[in-house]
Amino acid sequence: MSADASDHDDEVLSVEGVSVWLGGRQILDDVGFSVRSGQFIGLIGSNGAGKTTLFRVILGLLEPHRGSVRVGEGRHTSHNRSIGYVPQKVLVDPDIPLRARDLVGLGIDGDRFGFALPSRARRLAVDEMLEAVDASDFADARVGSLSGGELQRVLIAHALISRPRLLILDEPLANLDIRSEQEVVELLGRVAHDQEVAVLLSAHDMNPLLAVMDRVVYLANGHAASGSTDEVVRTEVLSELYGHPVAVLHVGDRIIVVAGPTPVPDISMPGPAPLHAAD
Amino acid sequence: MLGSIVFEAGFFQNHAVRTALIIGVIVPLVSGCVGTFTVIRGQAFAGEALSDMGTLGGAGADLVGVSPLWGFVGVGVVVAGTMELFGVQRRRGRDVATGIVLGAMLGLSALFLYFDTTHSSTTGATITILFGSLFQVSGVTVPALVILGLIGLLVVGFLYRPLLLTSLSSDLATARGVRVRSIGLAFLMLMGVSVSLSSVAVGTILGTALLIGPAATALKLTRRPWSAMLTAGGIGIAATWLGILLSYDSFYWPPAKKGWPVSFFVVTLIFLFYLAADLSTWLRARRVGSEARGTGARWDRDPVGAR
Repeated sequence: MSADASDHDDEVLSVEGVSVWLGGRQILDDVGFSVRSGQFIGLIGSNGAGKTTLFRVILGLLEPHRGSVRVGEGRHTSHNRSIGYVPQKVLVDPDIPLRARDLVGLGIDGDRFGFALPSRARRLAVDEMLEAVDASDFADARVGSLSGGELQRVLIAHALISRPRLLILDEPLANLDIRSEQEVVELLGRVAHDQEVAVLLSAHDMNPLLAVMDRVVYLANGHAASGSTDEVVRTEVLSELYGHPVAVLHVGDRIIVVAGPTPVPDISMPGPAPLHAAD
Repeated sequence: MLGSIVFEAGFFQNHAVRTALIIGVIVPLVSGCVGTFTVIRGQAFAGEALSDMGTLGGAGADLVGVSPLWGFVGVGVVVAGTMELFGVQRRRGRDVATGIVLGAMLGLSALFLYFDTTHSSTTGATITILFGSLFQVSGVTVPALVILGLIGLLVVGFLYRPLLLTSLSSDLATARGVRVRSIGLAFLMLMGVSVSLSSVAVGTILGTALLIGPAATALKLTRRPWSAMLTAGGIGIAATWLGILLSYDSFYWPPAKKGWPVSFFVVTLIFLFYLAADLSTWLRARRVGSEARGTGARWDRDPVGAR
């Protein structure tokens, strides 16, 4: 953690010793990890593990009781333009008269007062961003009429158009069918590379991300472990994190985390369904 | 001009009519712009409550002998602030808080209206406050109303982008650095002013008709927020002007040949416009639906479909 300052040159986010209590309960306990430019990080944890709370701390919406968060080189402020954010569950009423391209445009200057004057540069920027997330086909559709996968892409474009160095997505794969899930993950992997933006994405299942993820931050019981998938997703590490014996099983190229000690029989045999799949 | 068949003699020479026509531009315009956001934000109930509570202000103003407009505006702005204080961000909490404040305020309104009618013995005051009277707006109120309306339009324009973003998703807005609560409070106060203006035109009972009706109609017909705002304003103006005309003409109608109230015409026309828009979108959806079923094009919008 305490490496030389020279190592932090391309660091876009550094979370150090963050602890948060909410309603008398400790949600995060001494959580620390860092994100470098262009990295794809999966924040993995079950529901209630504290993923959204951690994001709120990183976004500056919640002051941690202990620890610190550093975004980019600058000081951490409550609305940092170097972070693009895609919240969980954005429900848009189908009656709202707003096209996909308007929502992306609001990503440029939605926080400013007054009307946005139409300009060629603005239109080009929006078109280019829509193109980058494969959303050109439904650029003029009402936001409320988009499917889950389509809306997710438009929200990614909305977050990316202000050219942040870090893109945070809260459970972007929830409520997507398997095909759109894969499309969104591929898109994010591509975007991280092409736009030179670090991606920090939360999910309860790490499997869809295995192909694109550079590092994993595993959150359980308020504790976090970070590193490469091989370093973190191991029986010993996760058992300690959960404070309870768990087993990490590799089935083909997938990883399943189940409660209880590692079963002795050959895991390739068909057996009872895992109780705690991939949490 | 359509001639004397449509416009009864003296329509454009009549001072009260001209005043009504001026109000009939500014009030629907403000209502349309504010109403569009009211509908988008799902705050129609808050609008109704603000308008109803204006009764208290109107009745109070009448008791002390000032124009009801000031009572409407005063109560509207104060109540809007209180509602934001009580109602947390959650929509349900907001509705409950609104309902509780509304009940208390309407009790007081009943008392004030009773005093208005028993002490000053003018039943007209109650009718004017509750149902409005475009033809009876006093000369001094008009400039104040126009200025308030212009301020309202400027504020909507000023808040436009952050308001749009918070209406869409407060999380998205917060992440962009928008002060969601301040914007919400500013908008509620704006709604207070807007329903005050429409209360002068069509009364506190019908005030929200002008706020919600044209906006809901416009939202069915347009694809961009600002065009929805302008369309809503246009629909409101059309309904109000037609209402004024019909009401003027109705002086020769039965049963009493004393004219029908203009508020009735305005609100009914707004309702008819809404039904027409609803019918047209329904017909369009049905046509598109049947074409799509024929060609299978309907499935083009499938998220997993190849593109």
